[in-house]
Amino acid sequence: MAAVTPDQLHGHHAPRGVMRWLTTTNHKDIGTMYMIFSFIMFLSGGVLALTIRAELFKPGLQVVQPEFFNQLTTMHGLIMVFGAIMPAFVGFANWMIPLMIGASDMAFARMNNWSFWLLPPAAILLIGSFFAPGGATAAGWTLYAPLSVQMGMGMDLAIFAIHIMGVSSIMGAINIVVTVLNMRAPGMTMMKMPLFCWTWLITAYLLIAVMPVLAGAVTMILADRHFGTSFFNAAGGGDPVMYQHIFWFFGHPEVYIMILPAFGIVSQIIPTFSRKPLFGYASMVYATASIAILSFAVWAHHMFATGMPAAGQLFFMYATMLIAVPTGVKVFNWIATMWRGSLSFEPPMLWATGFIFVFTMGGFTGLICAIAPIDIQVQDTYYVVAHFHYVLVAGSLFALFAGAYYWLPKWTGHMPSEFLGKLHFWCSLVFFNITFFPMHFLGLAGMPRRIPDYALQFADFNALASVGAFGFGLSQLIFIVVVVKCIRGGERAAARSWESAEGLEWTVPSPAPYHTFEEAPVVR
Amino acid sequence: MGRAGRIAALCLASSVSLAHAEPHARYNLQQPVTGIAEQINDMHTLMLLICLIIFVGVFGVMFWAVFNHRKSKGAVAAHFHENTAVEIAWTIIPVLILLGMAWPATKTVIAMKDTSNPDLTVKATGYQWKWGYDYLQGEGEGIRFLSALSTPREQIDGGAPKGDAYLLEVDNPLVVPVGKKIRVLLTANDVIHSWWVPAFGVKQDAIPGFIRDTWFRADKEGVYRGNCAELCGRDHGFMPIVVQVLSAEKYAAWVAEQKAKAAATASAAPSAEPDSAPATAPDKG
Repeated sequence: MAAVTPDQLHGHHAPRGVMRWLTTTNHKDIGTMYMIFSFIMFLSGGVLALTIRAELFKPGLQVVQPEFFNQLTTMHGLIMVFGAIMPAFVGFANWMIPLMIGASDMAFARMNNWSFWLLPPAAILLIGSFFAPGGATAAGWTLYAPLSVQMGMGMDLAIFAIHIMGVSSIMGAINIVVTVLNMRAPGMTMMKMPLFCWTWLITAYLLIAVMPVLAGAVTMILADRHFGTSFFNAAGGGDPVMYQHIFWFFGHPEVYIMILPAFGIVSQIIPTFSRKPLFGYASMVYATASIAILSFAVWAHHMFATGMPAAGQLFFMYATMLIAVPTGVKVFNWIATMWRGSLSFEPPMLWATGFIFVFTMGGFTGLICAIAPIDIQVQDTYYVVAHFHYVLVAGSLFALFAGAYYWLPKWTGHMPSEFLGKLHFWCSLVFFNITFFPMHFLGLAGMPRRIPDYALQFADFNALASVGAFGFGLSQLIFIVVVVKCIRGGERAAARSWESAEGLEWTVPSPAPYHTFEEAPVVR
Repeated sequence: MGRAGRIAALCLASSVSLAHAEPHARYNLQQPVTGIAEQINDMHTLMLLICLIIFVGVFGVMFWAVFNHRKSKGAVAAHFHENTAVEIAWTIIPVLILLGMAWPATKTVIAMKDTSNPDLTVKATGYQWKWGYDYLQGEGEGIRFLSALSTPREQIDGGAPKGDAYLLEVDNPLVVPVGKKIRVLLTANDVIHSWWVPAFGVKQDAIPGFIRDTWFRADKEGVYRGNCAELCGRDHGFMPIVVQVLSAEKYAAWVAEQKAKAAATASAAPSAEPDSAPATAPDKG
């Protein structure tokens, strides 16, 4: 970065030091901050996960007590979803969407600054709630009422943190929608946009639609807790299950909010390293839109065990199974892109291929969970834990790493170490599977999730999963080394850092200058 | 896990399970003892097979490309990027496969929901952190008791050796007759709990202020164990469910014994019922 930015950065009256980062309206600065923030949250959530796995290493209570264990599982979920995965994708959107569509910056640059700087206070509230009287909320990341109404002050802090993060997400989403719709370079029609922009456009609509729903749900909990309302209390005319309906009306689109941008990143990387255009671009766009629309009609598949009427169970089962179709189309398209390509496996491609392989396993277990009678057996067991870690870790997280290795040359001006990138990938892939594959067996055999201690027949798979988890956690430190080395130096990256990489982002120098596309490029 | 390890693990599992009616499941769903659980197991096996076939097909193609269409092996990229016929095919075929999966699932969903004409109706109430059972109708009507974890604290916290049914044992199990349709009404006193017995294929949330129902018909005598399956606070992991399925004669004897006990308690202390749950779940406002 050192070679290009300083003169442009300090040319005018740009503030230096901390003030630069506090006041910046530059999409690249903000993107960088989003990514650093999300990585810090990723490590924090990871520490909680490792504490959980330490407790579960063997039967009996050794490391933590049950109440604190529940705080750990709850906060691990909240931090990873709202602090790590979502902001990381917004960071990618900030950095890459203007570069990909030939815009000079995001549409609302000041709002962009604010939507980032809301996040650290929210994170402080959330993590700080561990030190509140009674500790952090222990109601599970889904915050089901009435349990969440019973919680201590940590619950209120979590609710406020969710409010703030929701505001941040909505502002980020509006910014992305307006940028993509209005700031494309001349000639960049919608159907010529890189798929990453398409998936983020659709994701942004999902965010705008469902974040207010979550805000409503947690606000109703707040009112039940403090203002004597009975939204979720049967004694006052409310219904605890209504909370679940509202939460999952947010929660299921949220799942796609966390995976659609990942699809976008992978759709950028596979063609580059296959040296072949993306197969079925138009059907990719339609599949993404179909997934987004269907995501609003499947929420109650999280609630098969609440006791819905048969007609309700059948509707949500069919709708959920239907999502397998557009998702399948995407996987087939990626593989068709690789077919008869000229493949090479630099770190971004390794991560992207790993993504397709392991994410699809999560897709299969998703299909199995969609079958209502089978779901009755596996709901709230480790099978579900395995399923959503296959789609969230091997899906979203692997795609984020793929994207990071892919665009690090553009961000830093240096190629990431190929050896370390491959080491990071293989360690992650192996330890990921050691951690989460045995959880399928645990869930099928009857181990419930969110328990600090378990029956003896689950002991050896839990020990194995714990060993894998520590391996996986430590493997992520390799990424820090990669990024630091990449910022400090290394092989210089060309403007087009990867042979046959397509797109406007590869037409600007590496590292990308502080200001790009001040004059819009023309796309033919 | 190598073959030796797996055999060792299986031996361990079967030695641990000596005290139980059924061997512990290790890689798969537990041994079913109801028709519904049987259907679920078959459906799961079918789904696994279909997924396995798709897996082999899809990733066979992908890994073929990964190993053979490599630049380092001199592969030159083709330029196709569209094929409408192929795209329609891989949209339609999955839909047909899904229809094949949905058919048996639909039949099972409808069967699971049919709680009509039970032989015995029991109400289960979730408390933080134990279960209460009331026999509402059928043989044993009027029996009621609480059922709480009986694993000693030293086994959980300390170094005391853990028993075979560690965390899956209770003081008073639910007792039901074999081969009879048991309808379970569920509610809760405080937060949402979930009543789950894997061998029966039954999992139903117990929701405070509402009554939900489910049913099972156990085909085999024995002791079946499950857990609360909905996070319900501190001791969520410590409120197991144990169901003892008895022959008709033994069940009748058990009912007589319970009635005698209740009568003795009632005559000894008419006002106090120390071992009994409240008849209805009072909602704390």
